[in-house]
Amino acid sequence: MKERLQELEQEALNQVEQAKTLADLDKVRVAFLGKKGPITEVLRGMGKLSAEERPVIGELANKVRSAITTELEQKKAKLELAVLDQQLKAETIDVTLPGRPVPVGGPHLLTSVVREIEDLFIGMGFEVREGPEVETDYYNFEALNLPKDHPARDTQDSFYITEELLLRTQTSPVQARTMNEYKGNQSIKMICPGKVYRRDTDDATHSHQFTQVEGLYVDKNVRMSDLKGVLNQFVKHFFGEEREIRFRPSFFPFTEPSVEIDISCKLCHGKGCSVCKQTGWIEILGGGMVHPEVLRMGGYDPEVYSGFAFGMGPERIAMLKYGVDDIRHFYTNDIRFLKQYHQA
Amino acid sequence: MLVSLNWLKQYVDLADQTAEQLADKITKTGIEVEGVTNIAEPSSNVVVGYVESCEKHPNADKLNLCKVDVGSETLQIVCGAPNVAAGQKVAVAKPGAILPGNFKIKPVKLRDVESNGMICSLQELGLSEPYIPKEVADGIFVFPEEVEVGQPVTGYLNLDDRVLELGLTPNRSDALSMLGVAYEVGAILNQKVKWPSEVVETSSEKAADYISVKVEDRESNPYYGALIIKDIEVGPAPLWIRNYLIAAGIRPINNVVDITNYVLLEYGQPLHAFDYDKFGSKEVVVRRARANETIVTLDDETRALTPEHLIITNGSVPTAIAGVMGGADSEVTETTKTVLLETAYFDGKRVRKAIKDHNLRSESSTRFEKGVDPNRVKRAGFRAAQLLAQYANGTVLEGVVEFDQLDRTERKVEITTSRINARLGTKISNDEIANILAKLAFEYQQSGEFFTITVPTRRQDIAIFEDILEEVARIYGYDKLAYTLPEGAQQAGHLTKRQALKRYVKQYLEGAGLSEALTYSLTTAERAEMLVSPEISEKAKVPIRLSMPMSEEHSTLRLSILPELLATLSYNHARKQSHLGYYEMGSVFVSNEEQISVQPEEKLRVSGAITGKWLLHPWQQEAKDVDFFLVKGILEGLFARLGFNVSYQQTEIAHMHPGRTAQLYLNKLPVGFIGQIHPQLQKAFDLKETYVFDLDLDYLFTCCHVEPSFNKIPRYPTMTRDIALVVDQQIPAAEIETTIKQSAGALLKSVQVFDLYQGEHLPEGKKSLAFNLVYFDPDRTLKDEEVEASYQAILTAVEKTHQAELRG
Ligand SMILES: [Zn+2]
Repeated sequence: MKERLQELEQEALNQVEQAKTLADLDKVRVAFLGKKGPITEVLRGMGKLSAEERPVIGELANKVRSAITTELEQKKAKLELAVLDQQLKAETIDVTLPGRPVPVGGPHLLTSVVREIEDLFIGMGFEVREGPEVETDYYNFEALNLPKDHPARDTQDSFYITEELLLRTQTSPVQARTMNEYKGNQSIKMICPGKVYRRDTDDATHSHQFTQVEGLYVDKNVRMSDLKGVLNQFVKHFFGEEREIRFRPSFFPFTEPSVEIDISCKLCHGKGCSVCKQTGWIEILGGGMVHPEVLRMGGYDPEVYSGFAFGMGPERIAMLKYGVDDIRHFYTNDIRFLKQYHQA
Repeated sequence: MLVSLNWLKQYVDLADQTAEQLADKITKTGIEVEGVTNIAEPSSNVVVGYVESCEKHPNADKLNLCKVDVGSETLQIVCGAPNVAAGQKVAVAKPGAILPGNFKIKPVKLRDVESNGMICSLQELGLSEPYIPKEVADGIFVFPEEVEVGQPVTGYLNLDDRVLELGLTPNRSDALSMLGVAYEVGAILNQKVKWPSEVVETSSEKAADYISVKVEDRESNPYYGALIIKDIEVGPAPLWIRNYLIAAGIRPINNVVDITNYVLLEYGQPLHAFDYDKFGSKEVVVRRARANETIVTLDDETRALTPEHLIITNGSVPTAIAGVMGGADSEVTETTKTVLLETAYFDGKRVRKAIKDHNLRSESSTRFEKGVDPNRVKRAGFRAAQLLAQYANGTVLEGVVEFDQLDRTERKVEITTSRINARLGTKISNDEIANILAKLAFEYQQSGEFFTITVPTRRQDIAIFEDILEEVARIYGYDKLAYTLPEGAQQAGHLTKRQALKRYVKQYLEGAGLSEALTYSLTTAERAEMLVSPEISEKAKVPIRLSMPMSEEHSTLRLSILPELLATLSYNHARKQSHLGYYEMGSVFVSNEEQISVQPEEKLRVSGAITGKWLLHPWQQEAKDVDFFLVKGILEGLFARLGFNVSYQQTEIAHMHPGRTAQLYLNKLPVGFIGQIHPQLQKAFDLKETYVFDLDLDYLFTCCHVEPSFNKIPRYPTMTRDIALVVDQQIPAAEIETTIKQSAGALLKSVQVFDLYQGEHLPEGKKSLAFNLVYFDPDRTLKDEEVEASYQAILTAVEKTHQAELRG
């Protein structure tokens, strides 16, 4: 019997190996392990055996059965996998076809630029403040050291609504308002982004509506070197470490001393080209130490407090950074233009 | 301001700086040099020649045949200029010369006659046309006697000069003169300024016998000086004066006019020369003009005057608008013999008024407007008199007839070194401060770190400590200041809640597929009132109009963002972009006054406009047209995020589709609208079906106080029921939903429409709405009976309230 069982095992394993389909395999299973199969038969004939032989043969029979079962299962798994493989192969798609588009929009380039500026200054402890676009003559000019007959008012011709109301020509009135609100005894660290308006005919470099971000820092012992340090950080972050920065004296009615900040021209690396008007430098920011008269009108004692202020134009910054060649693009909202700047 | 370096050298040593080096230093020190130019492109081998003879060309009527002595030889030259004549000294380009434009001169034959060189006009030598004197504009240039034959013309004509173009900020009017620029350059290069001669020999005759001066408006005219120069011979000014005027961009006219212009540029003090014999009287009276008075000015324009204008008169009629322009009647001409020379101080504001009213901005008026140096007024008069004596053969009469109440006080400013250093963040020493002040040619008294500075009157812009601070900083060098960071108390910066919400809403809408647009706040009067949300139009009396718009297109402040967004769609649509979704966030301007007098309310809105197809999937031919429910879905998603329960009510708004527009309510207050634009408006903007929304963010943001709180995740199963109801078509789904919610009891957690059916198998005018009801209790498993009871209660309520029937 022992030999018979070993023969059966060998036979079964051979057939399992030769089975090509799941159906073949099932036939093998039924043939060897079924109720009428030879192993069952062997076990049935165990009664004839001696008491010594019985457990030996029994154990052997079980071993054979389990060996066949294991082999059957392994083979089955293998065949099933083959079937699945076939099925999946049939399901193959052309992965190079375009996907189903999910509509995605994005921010306006100016919003992205302003947000980047905001986040940078927030990181340096500045708060973001906003104010009205229709301003009083007082906050737009007088509180900024531009009395009614000041010649510098000429250079910023404005959209008046009444004699006392106009569309703000700068966002610095927000600074004047903030100083009044803080009542002259708290430090101020703020930027004010927003829309401003000037009587300019729209062309490639002028727009009657544009954006400004202005900043103000008022505290005891603010130094001009602090202005340099803060704006240097801003410029290096925004335009890259490799850009050179030049600070040169300038004039604004609301600052004294005043400063204009140039960065080296990216296109010609300072050698001079048409973009930088052959100077190698591009003007990017204006600022200075807050004029004592502005502090005084804001309720701050210029003997105790000092401060710096600065301003920049996001359109200009965007044009320089991204090579936009016409300021009107920002307000035409051509979708083909806007989408170029939807990337993060 | 154009600054000729050859001219500037007369007053200050340029210490061998090239024009570029100097420009860079000047820019860094505070006056932006906007350009460095050459007077002319370089030329070579052009010398002074003497025309020995000049005859007609044998074969050409319009050509002349000249023999010209150029020092080393005599050249035969064919010349076409009409004004060439024997005995002239002219500019000759010898064979081998190169003229501007890389024009090489070679011996040629013109109509069979040899020509060895060219007699040049100023244009051919590279000077720009507008500055060439009129009398030589059409021909060759003729030198005065004193030039030497054979010498290069470059020096005589100043052709090697280089010019700096200064971009002056309004405070630096001191640099509107060559002397002023000399002080600036002197401070930069540490050089002293040399003044020109003002020594005048006068005759024994007294000017006071010829003229008297009376000033009625002393505030507008604190100083008026009159000089009389007799025996004038009007003719061309000397070459060097003409050269410098050309370099400064001023066309030479004659010696008298050129000398007044020359001194204007040299001192920054405008002068005016009247023809004394045509002045009409022996008295100058300065006063305000009378209403209806007129004057014919030098440009032959008749100008109406008002009492706002200061004028010079001869006691009866106006002879000049003070500081702006002289009258035609008393203009200096070739026949002028006696000049009445005016040097005066006119108040800037008064002059500015005249400039504006007559649109007359000139070298003179600009300088008065910005303020001239009170200490130079009289000196400039002497300087001009000296030049007139020397170069117009004039006889200067003794004395200046003047009215003088001019304040020439020099301001005093006190500074300390420590305060300077505290403001700049520097460690400048007392000596260094003293050195900087000396460079600036500011007088000062020093005691340790205390300085009392006497500010020269040429620097009208300096009055306070901070002004000196800037002077010190710029001469010290802005680039030498350190980079430091503020040392004050540091605070964390952050966005306010409102600012964060603005960003959130934008990001949500972008995620929902909309692109952000930025349009103009100023629009047409018509568009300003179009598509205004009811809660805005309720408050706004009239849209706000500019008092002087530049164009109708940008004349009025918007009450709604939508019209410009539609224009944006239209712009893109015309460029074959047909599937578009835009939003814009921004202010609209609401005034409740008929005539605006106080600042309007600026209401923050977010608006959107969507058109075309959505969810395009080209190769599977899938596409969905934009419709009301797409836009509503976008808004519902937003409101869900913000924690709002917004309700929608059918409404009618002008220019909107009457059946497809809803007003939105939050807490029973209107917060905007949504809908399809009216087909007529759609046509006007040349669009396809377009849907819009407009929301009041001010109110929405004040309602945002969502602090998410933890709710248990259900551990027990939910139970769902569907209910299909047949109701009248006019009954809004939202009303039925409300009834369901009110009647279902606390176990009902959500209601959702999942089917709408109208048509076959339903009676006319009816629709079937199917709702999905979800029940659960977080703490236990629900019993069937509880849900059934709620279901029945709902059924009873909808039957009673809406006459709804269960759909069979
Ligand atoms: Zn460049």
